[in-house]
Amino acid sequence: MSRVEKVNKRSLFSTPYILWIIGFTVLPLLVIFQYALTDGNGKFTLTNVAATFDMIHMKAMVYSLGIALGCTVICILLSYPLVMALRCLNLKKQKSTLFIFILPMWMNFILRILAWQLILSNNGILNFVVTGLGFAPLKIANTGTALMIGVVYDYLPYMVLPIYNAISEIDEDIIEAARDLGAGSLTVFRKIILPMSVPGLLSGIVMVFVPTMTSFVISDILGGGKIQLIGNIIEQEFTKAANWNLGSGLSVSLMIFVLISMAFTTKNDTEGKGAAIW
Amino acid sequence: MKKLFFTFVIVSIMLAMTGCGKKREITGSLTVFNLGDYMDPDVLDKFTEETGIEIKYEEALTPEEMYTKYKAGAIDYDLLCCTDYMTQKLIQEGEYQELDPSLLPNKTNIGEKYWINSEIFDPGNKYTVPYFWGTLGILYDTSRVKEPIDSWEVLFNGKYKGEIIMQNSMRDSYLIALKYLGYSLNTNEENEIREAHELLLKQKPDVQAYLVDEARDEVVAGNAIMAVAYSGEAHLGKLYNENLAYVVPKEGTNLWIDSWGITKNCKDVEAAHKFIDFLCREDVAKTNFEYIYYSTPNEAVIASLTDAQRKDETLVPPENATENCEVCVQNTPEITELMNKLWKELKSD
Repeated sequence: MSRVEKVNKRSLFSTPYILWIIGFTVLPLLVIFQYALTDGNGKFTLTNVAATFDMIHMKAMVYSLGIALGCTVICILLSYPLVMALRCLNLKKQKSTLFIFILPMWMNFILRILAWQLILSNNGILNFVVTGLGFAPLKIANTGTALMIGVVYDYLPYMVLPIYNAISEIDEDIIEAARDLGAGSLTVFRKIILPMSVPGLLSGIVMVFVPTMTSFVISDILGGGKIQLIGNIIEQEFTKAANWNLGSGLSVSLMIFVLISMAFTTKNDTEGKGAAIW
Repeated sequence: MKKLFFTFVIVSIMLAMTGCGKKREITGSLTVFNLGDYMDPDVLDKFTEETGIEIKYEEALTPEEMYTKYKAGAIDYDLLCCTDYMTQKLIQEGEYQELDPSLLPNKTNIGEKYWINSEIFDPGNKYTVPYFWGTLGILYDTSRVKEPIDSWEVLFNGKYKGEIIMQNSMRDSYLIALKYLGYSLNTNEENEIREAHELLLKQKPDVQAYLVDEARDEVVAGNAIMAVAYSGEAHLGKLYNENLAYVVPKEGTNLWIDSWGITKNCKDVEAAHKFIDFLCREDVAKTNFEYIYYSTPNEAVIASLTDAQRKDETLVPPENATENCEVCVQNTPEITELMNKLWKELKSD
């Protein structure tokens, strides 16, 4: 087969993907940008993007950032002990534990969040247990706490899996060598396991931070309509206020914001593994 | 060979059977856009069976969503069923076409007062036919409220802190505050809107959640003592929990009317009229009423109700209960924009 034919064949294979990218990524993005940069009459304007700096929108943006950062940190803190505990198990048990961990992800996430709503509501399962034990009922439903529980629950597997993959690749010999040289468990974790898990950690951060930052369904269900993330505001501009231009403008700002934080994350990723998913 | 023949017979029988289901040939089609869970599906089948007109049925959750989807223009809808203030907007924007009364013989079933109430958003009743109506009031759990409730005051006096569910809808929230303050719910006075906003802002810590459809369920489940709800929702709530009661506050509230109109894009105007007329027919309206349980403007249906049903105030509100009520109309664009902004502020506070 000649070189030219080979190239033709290769580009033939890529056609569906190119069409996919054009149809479902490039064109929609262009439409969003067109809405974002025009007003209701189709005239060019920057007000929609500039509206990001309105008090209400900034407040929602900062709140979303807080929730996203909090969720990411909590997920990291929960993931490492879990992964370290997993490492101590034999391979078969590791796989089955991970399987149980991932199992809920096979169910629709809205369904799982609705289940949390039932658990946390005033007359819910949690308060049934708490009052049964003789304590005063908790008021968690429709607060920031409920929202945080929801996002952490939902995105935790996305943090555990990449970290687990990175740590399970670490050669046991390296750890034994360190121990021979007199390193304690803490030193081994600090000097070997933590640095070598960074690629996994970084992709975990990206996969938890970005969806939390842009989510709106979880805050709608668990926040009882009292919490506005930037995602909720954008959604309302489209569905309620019928102001697609402002909604698109805010989306574009959010996208830029996420891209900046992504660039920051991947720049520190020396191995390049964390960037692999992008 | 025998096997092949057998398969052939089975397949032809199956084909014949599917053919039997449709008594008539499909002669036309209409694209109908309705609010969510707002029609008995049997009614649609019956219409196709009787007229041979196929219905493509779509639903929207809120009038705002309906307007957005309709305006996006991706689908040519023939018929819309929308709420008063949004209907008014659609009429003003020239999206509806005038109805031909001669094609709607059953419209005489709709009571006189509903036509009069509709005039505020459809002067002369040229474009729309009322479908269902109702009020916005308070649904509460009588086993946990010892005092008689007859005023919006209970939502604002702090007595039921954390036990109140409000509607997650801009217009509904502001109209409650406006009515409580003694203003018109259609006010275009900026200071009145701002006063209502302050009241809602002060109320927010007492509110457990702003919900739409789940508002009723939360009171049924005992998660909250009271919720702002529509009259039909209240009726359904009572079926699940007999301790519930519904009240139309004395300060007055929104009397809403949802009506059908034919869009300017409709190609088969005659079929569209047939559909509206069909919905006004007594038996059809009754089937629908028993599925939805909002108040019907169809007097033929009201006459056919049992005594117990007629006495149920959530189904057939008495004359005096709607005395102070108003039908919502569009605010001026400036006030709508202001309200949008204040509402976002309220929600993100």
